[in-house]
Amino acid sequence: MAAQVRVLRQRIRSAKGMKKITKAMELVATSRIAKAQARVEASLPYARAITGVLTALASNARIDHPMLTPRERVRRAGVLLVTADRGLAGGYSSNAIRTAESLIARLQADGKEPVLYVIGRKGVSFYRFRNRPIEANWTGFSEQPSFADAREVGETLIKAFVAGADDEDGGPGPDGVRGVDELHIVYTEFKSLMTQNPVTRIIGPLQVEERPRSEAAPGVLPDYDFEPDPEALLDALLPKYINTRIYAALLESAASESAARRRAMKSATDNAEEMIDKYTREMNSARQAGITQEISEIVGGANALAASGSEV
Amino acid sequence: MAEQLNVQLVAVEEKVWSGKAEMVMARTTEGELGVLPGHAPLLGQLAEPGQVRIKLPGGEQVAYEVSGGFLSVSGQGVTVLAESASPASAASGN
Repeated sequence: MAAQVRVLRQRIRSAKGMKKITKAMELVATSRIAKAQARVEASLPYARAITGVLTALASNARIDHPMLTPRERVRRAGVLLVTADRGLAGGYSSNAIRTAESLIARLQADGKEPVLYVIGRKGVSFYRFRNRPIEANWTGFSEQPSFADAREVGETLIKAFVAGADDEDGGPGPDGVRGVDELHIVYTEFKSLMTQNPVTRIIGPLQVEERPRSEAAPGVLPDYDFEPDPEALLDALLPKYINTRIYAALLESAASESAARRRAMKSATDNAEEMIDKYTREMNSARQAGITQEISEIVGGANALAASGSEV
Repeated sequence: MAEQLNVQLVAVEEKVWSGKAEMVMARTTEGELGVLPGHAPLLGQLAEPGQVRIKLPGGEQVAYEVSGGFLSVSGQGVTVLAESASPASAASGN
């Protein structure tokens, strides 16, 4: 009986220890969400400005840039997958991977060869374990990405995209490098604290949306002077724009990751609490049962003694 | 009060500076450039490394070291886009 109480007490202690850990992780994740959201907020002015500049450029110059025109024949398609470096985030990484897998299946059905670029240890180990080739991977910044990280990723992708321009069927073109003809990105959209959805977007070739901007003066955009000429400007601006898009995707994924982790840790904490409650109740009743038994043993013993004493 | 420019200096990770100014000076790949109120719309790539100087209404001046920058002048004002921007050492005075 006493042994059972001891076992239960030990279980309660370990559940309490776990609860402390998960609670701490929940709090950390909560503060990270706020931080990540603040960084998304901080990156908006630049994103808005570069979009405005590109729109101005697009409506003033003939756009015929290799990064904007879809290739006639798409042989290889690059897929950039954003996952987490650490686990304990519920289904965050596996949902992103599943979305990437369905994109890959779709690309293969279209006769395109997928080329994988993976961010985050979870995604890397997923593909390593299955012995599937990864073209390039980056790890170590999934929770707090900086623009330098995004630029590194972006430069690799852009290089591959440019190298893909002259590829021929079944082999590299004159430049001897097999590139890609399309670029997709799979990341997790941050809808709210409770909802994060993995999404796929095309980032190459870029699609220029010439939609009228509501906050700026609608109608005719002013005639711009360009320094240097529009083509050279596009050359310089488009890679930066792609980097910005990747950076935005990384930031949003980081916010989603923290939100997913917060939720997972919250339910772990709740479960630990439930377990502590259950064990405490069991322990109390076991202790009570032990006491009751001891009392009845003592009373029984005393009665027996009294009975035997009166007989003498 | 004389006409003033709405100036925004935005880096990728944050908005660095914004406010009213009398003049913005920057060096594009084509050459040194000063923007006064009423300047024609312009898009320019900034030289590398570049310094952007913003002359404030009081005569003060702020300067930023800018890399990977673009300058956009439109009817609404001046926007400097930068990959990174940090205050230049000799920020004000001269």
